[in-house]
Amino acid sequence: MAQIQDVFVSPTVDWWVLVPQIILVGAALGLLLVASLAPRALPSWVATITTIATGAAAAIVAAVQWGMWGSTPRPTLNGAFVSDGFSLLLTVLIGAGVAMTALVAHSALDRYDMAPPEFAALLLASAAGAVVMAGANDLIVLFLGLESLSIALYVLIALAGRRASARESAMKYFVLGAFSSAFFLYGVALVYGSTGGTNLSGIGAFLFGTVRETDYLLLAGIALLLVGLGFKVAAVPFHFWAPDVYEGAPSPVTGYLASIAKAAGFAALARVLYVAVFQQSTAWKPIVVALAFATLAVGAVMAICQNDVKRMLAYSSISHAGFVLVGLSAVPAASGLVQWTEGGGDAVSSSVFYLIVYSFMALGSFAVLSVIGAELRSPEPDASAHALSRYGGLARRRPVLALAFTVLLLAQAGVPLTAGFVAKFEVIRAAIGASGYVLAAVAMVTAVVSAFAYLRVVLAMYAPEGSTDDDDDIPSARAGRPRWGGLPLTSVFAISLAVAVTVVVGVLPQTLLEWSRDAVLSIIL
Amino acid sequence: MGSLLAASGSASDFPLLNALIFVPAVGALLVALLPRSRPDLARPLGTLFAAIGGALALALAWQFDAADAGFQFVSQQSWIPALGISWHVGVDGISLWLVVLTSVVVPIVLAGVDPHHDPKPYTAWMLLLQAGSVGAFVALDLFLFFVMFEVVLVPMYLLIAGWGYEGRRYAATKFFIYTMAGSALLLVAIVATAVLGSPDSGITFDLQTLAEGQLLGENTARLCFAAFAIAFLVKVPVVPLHTWLPDAHTEAPTAGSVVLAAVLLKLGTYGLLRFGLYLFPEASDWAAPVLVTVGVVGVIWGAITAAMQRDLKRLVAYSSVAHMGFIVLGIFAFTAQAVGGGVIQMVNHGISTGALFLLVGMLYERRHTRQIDELAGIQSAAPVYAGVFTLIMLSSVGVPGLNGFVGEFLILIGSFETRPVWTIIAATGVILAALYLLWAYQRVFHGPPAAADRQTADLRRGELLTLAPFVIAAVALGVYPKPLLNAVEPAADKLLEHFEEYSGFEVPEPGDPVVVNHGDDAGEHDEDGH
Repeated sequence: MAQIQDVFVSPTVDWWVLVPQIILVGAALGLLLVASLAPRALPSWVATITTIATGAAAAIVAAVQWGMWGSTPRPTLNGAFVSDGFSLLLTVLIGAGVAMTALVAHSALDRYDMAPPEFAALLLASAAGAVVMAGANDLIVLFLGLESLSIALYVLIALAGRRASARESAMKYFVLGAFSSAFFLYGVALVYGSTGGTNLSGIGAFLFGTVRETDYLLLAGIALLLVGLGFKVAAVPFHFWAPDVYEGAPSPVTGYLASIAKAAGFAALARVLYVAVFQQSTAWKPIVVALAFATLAVGAVMAICQNDVKRMLAYSSISHAGFVLVGLSAVPAASGLVQWTEGGGDAVSSSVFYLIVYSFMALGSFAVLSVIGAELRSPEPDASAHALSRYGGLARRRPVLALAFTVLLLAQAGVPLTAGFVAKFEVIRAAIGASGYVLAAVAMVTAVVSAFAYLRVVLAMYAPEGSTDDDDDIPSARAGRPRWGGLPLTSVFAISLAVAVTVVVGVLPQTLLEWSRDAVLSIIL
Repeated sequence: MGSLLAASGSASDFPLLNALIFVPAVGALLVALLPRSRPDLARPLGTLFAAIGGALALALAWQFDAADAGFQFVSQQSWIPALGISWHVGVDGISLWLVVLTSVVVPIVLAGVDPHHDPKPYTAWMLLLQAGSVGAFVALDLFLFFVMFEVVLVPMYLLIAGWGYEGRRYAATKFFIYTMAGSALLLVAIVATAVLGSPDSGITFDLQTLAEGQLLGENTARLCFAAFAIAFLVKVPVVPLHTWLPDAHTEAPTAGSVVLAAVLLKLGTYGLLRFGLYLFPEASDWAAPVLVTVGVVGVIWGAITAAMQRDLKRLVAYSSVAHMGFIVLGIFAFTAQAVGGGVIQMVNHGISTGALFLLVGMLYERRHTRQIDELAGIQSAAPVYAGVFTLIMLSSVGVPGLNGFVGEFLILIGSFETRPVWTIIAATGVILAALYLLWAYQRVFHGPPAAADRQTADLRRGELLTLAPFVIAAVALGVYPKPLLNAVEPAADKLLEHFEEYSGFEVPEPGDPVVVNHGDDAGEHDEDGH
């Protein structure tokens, strides 16, 4: 009983490890402070530039840290947070995602009546949550990251509150998100009850160190964790919120939701599965495989039924989540202690590769949508600007934009020489390496099904003159502006970046492959 | 092996195969970058780049050492070392003529067929098609092959969707989805082959390493082969995977149809040889009865369906199904003549069917119809056109003295030794081919011409020039096919040796009396080879 009275020993903090989070949170708070003290002194471009600079700074710091200790993990806060190749690579991605989102949103803030400083602060706060999730080595820290990400996102969507669809979207996301958080928390409690710890590496070591009977408490805990995180990454059957929320949210925010928020969810999932409960992989692998099957199939089939491009992309984002699950399900056949220390190996590195590539494709695609949405805006505020018919003949009005969108869509379809193909290839390779032949084949077949959905958009854009009836409603069709004319330069830059990454990684994937190989999970003992 | 290295060492100072891929690709890029105000430059510039490719291909054929059965002009560069993927290209007797065919046909149709609108993207896509097809034929790395195999899809899809006829969007999408579905399984099988079949030194996608190693287990190899075969059979196509072909061919613009028939279909049969027989010898032997059957079904089905068509272009499309069925039969008969004949037939089918599509396209330009019912007596109004059509048609039927005969004859002779029953059934397809083509000819060119028929203009000089290479090739290769055969034979022999070594199938060889022990139907042996 004497131990209970022990004084609380505060853990040593390795501040240098936490610099990316500090940058993000600091900038968010600073922006809020300035905005509330001197609201008029802050034009929208200041907020945008600050956000971009902060995102870039976080990414650069993470890259520097990668150079310093990338291959040897550096834990801090008593092993509750770890900075390793996995978390640093994802931090770079999150930083880039924040910068791109800010670029795209800059021109759209007015349209959605969103206050620039608040938007920027919420974006940065959610990014800080995502960075925490990527490096969390403790279930409680993971939950903190998850909540900072989610709560900031609920408000971010609701910020465009003048539009009923955005309000509805935020409400839906909030209610279901709160449910899933509760599931996750309950799962944490059950896992703690079964293993006596919340530290992920500690749980893993405990499970490998003891001989036990089937532990239903632990299995229930794992299942609940899967439900909670499955909701975050919109895996079927926890996906019902995604299409509505994606459709209702402002396009730049949707891009962020579909890429960075999803990547953070998958990062957490990878850590929980491959660090904490790897020893139970025989129990959770079938569940992940089943989730992957369902996610791939539903995402692809529902995508081809959509007549709204934004909603189609929402479903396609679900099917991409299925591909990441295919990667994550590639547990090596003999999953013992030796495999555990590899930190996930091919399963994790292929998933990370897919997430990075997919994030750029999604950010780029929704950036295009944001630009087109501004152009095709119809008089009534809540009518969808993204009906497929309105994309008819886009190639004539905006040849370069249509080409960029085509590249991004073909990449999502997995056409070779784009990054999307290499990503699918990596995931399939991981699955086959773990004897998941059927899953690999099904994944590729669903890729063909969703290719059909992307092709419909491409075909509509390149439809010849006269085949679309509503050319006259669209202002720019009459104005006949040339090429990029009139498009916001910030969005143009973001789209170009996404297309460049998609093409360069598609042709020369070696560097990114090496990075993702190094991005295995570390196990802190 | 030493001689191979020496031979290719002297010839490969200039990376000819890479140039064959990159010249059209660079051309496509340049055409795409042309200023909007000068669309008239697109076709001349594109044709120039395509023609440089064609000239390089002819140089390749000239420098090719026919006596050498191995891969020549080999070029290998590291590409994605993390996955054991390299840019590895080479050409042997099997791929040589397909490379030449591709590189020559594209500039001809680019120069000879007017796209009617948007010449800039049209030319760029055609050039990309040329680059991708050549790349697929020379790729010696599974990953590289798959990339090229898929890259070809996009330009073809956009050509059909952008420049085709009424039902083009449906046809283009159907074409894309069918082929993509096949290649989805192909990708899984390629990855499985590399992951499970690589030597211990690390994962590799190199075709030669994997094929010479033969490290896959029997069942795995069979499953992988099945996936490869399905992807290629969709492309060939065989019945019942062929339904995309009539639509795609009919709705595609003329140039698209020509390239589709002359080049893209060959990717399927070429794939069966290079990535079927070579990579999975045992599994090929195991699956041969099924594949021979679908080939023969294709021959008969294609011929009968062709006879029933009212649309001239659809008729030619179905005749393709029949011709390609012959090639599948030849490949899986596993004799030197049949395999060699299959390769020859690939080239000849490209020449004759490509020219037929050109001719039908020219007729459509004049009459804006392809319905056989609406045409009659064209012969009297356009005698030159009718003459060229007759010659090409006879070459397609396989009349001796024209190119179509050589391949079909070799396939039938070679196949008879190992698959006599199927060969006899397939031989009736030759008769059916004569029937449907001659019947269509009779209806379109003979009979009393209506007023519109009487005003059908004859071939112009430009069109004659476009057709001339096809006509010359049809006659020349019919009379003197030796250059073609000389290059193909050593490669086919070598492939069958490899096949024999790993499959346990005894390949009957007419030149080698020791091996012949079940070739009692030996009457055919003296007919060829000497």
